[in-house]
Amino acid sequence: MPEHVITITVIDRENHTHCLEAPTDMGLSLMELCKSYGLPVKGTCGGMALCSTCHVYVLSEHELPPPSDDELAALDSAFFVKTNSRLSCQIRLRDELEGLRVELAPESE
Amino acid sequence: MGMNSTYIETDIIIIGAGPVGLFAVFEAGLLKMRCHLIDVLPQPGGQLTEIYPKKPIYDIPGYPSVLAGDLVKNLLKQIEPFRPGFTLGERAQKLERQADGRWCVVTDRGTVHVAPVVFIAGGLGSFEPRKPPIGNLADYENGRGVAYYVRNPEDYRGQRVVIAGGGDSALDWTIYLADEAKSLILVHRRSEFRGAPDSVEKVQRLAQEGRIRLITNAQVVGLTGNGRLERVTIQHDTDGAFEVDTDYFLPLFGLTPKLGPIDEWGLHLQDGAILVNTYDYSTNLPGVFAIGDINTYPGKLKLILCGFHEATLACQSAFKVAFPDKKLSFKYTTVTGIEGLPVETPA
Repeated sequence: MPEHVITITVIDRENHTHCLEAPTDMGLSLMELCKSYGLPVKGTCGGMALCSTCHVYVLSEHELPPPSDDELAALDSAFFVKTNSRLSCQIRLRDELEGLRVELAPESE
Repeated sequence: MGMNSTYIETDIIIIGAGPVGLFAVFEAGLLKMRCHLIDVLPQPGGQLTEIYPKKPIYDIPGYPSVLAGDLVKNLLKQIEPFRPGFTLGERAQKLERQADGRWCVVTDRGTVHVAPVVFIAGGLGSFEPRKPPIGNLADYENGRGVAYYVRNPEDYRGQRVVIAGGGDSALDWTIYLADEAKSLILVHRRSEFRGAPDSVEKVQRLAQEGRIRLITNAQVVGLTGNGRLERVTIQHDTDGAFEVDTDYFLPLFGLTPKLGPIDEWGLHLQDGAILVNTYDYSTNLPGVFAIGDINTYPGKLKLILCGFHEATLACQSAFKVAFPDKKLSFKYTTVTGIEGLPVETPA
């Protein structure tokens, strides 16, 4: 594995598993990575933690930075929220996230 | 302002009063074209005003940093000499070509706008209430018990009301309707509220005084009734599900952008965005242009500054559509300054 590339597993809404190779030196978010692979993640607000269309469930035990107030506020008005819910636009890709496993939350409406 | 008119004639109808729609008024005004803006939100500014007024923007040329709300204020000031008309709080519903070749845009409240040119500057689409995923929700909409806005607080006098949500609108309406309603229950998914601290405190006091019932760590998951709402099912995280009799259910989860009726207008779309020709940001419909986040083309970037450029070029072609017999000459504002337009007169 080249330096600064990690592998992230994403389970889509049809329960298909996708292994994504993710560069960690480009300041990308998980939402942007999913979009670049053509996964059905809208990211309507462009990554401002406002629309919650990039809502995911974190399945692995990775330690992520705690959600900001903005992210908590967005999750507050989102649906299908669970204790492992996060907005993927707020997850920056870092080397420590090697092996991260997430599932796309259902779309509302 | 055309807010109380039901029939408006202008040179350019602009659907969407976000930053790009507002700046289009300026560029059109330099060419002496009059504009009328339509927006579903009650105020201009689009998402900048509605969702992130306090966020700084760093990529507006000439501004090292500007708050989104301030950018809108400045744009409104910049277009003031051109006296645009506004139809606010109404959603552009229909776009139809008239026999005379002009376009007619009708809103959900029946306001009719007619012009030779339409700019669609709809951004992310129209802001609609976020609806909870309850299967039969639509069965109780339209006066049958479920509402996403409080249009007339009188409607709830002496009624049983269940409100769901944890943000400012849920809290504010809980406080307001506590006095009107016969009974009021506020259901929130978590135990903390994210609204203004003052409102949170008021709601907690109302609950302590027994004037409302506060159910946290719970969600409304089902609706029951016979043509009209009679009961809601509330699912508590630890205590399980139970039913509560009610006359009204108000899910207040804020607004979310939807493409809305735009996809019924015969425009060529790609992934929910309007395909345009980058020569002038024209669509497949003659005289209809799409500018800003709503359009797409190879290399598209959803940036306000790109939308400003798109609006500027679209105005050049719009002039040829609106005034086919007039000659267009390009002028710099540094040379000619700004010559305003007179007040809009009702048709």
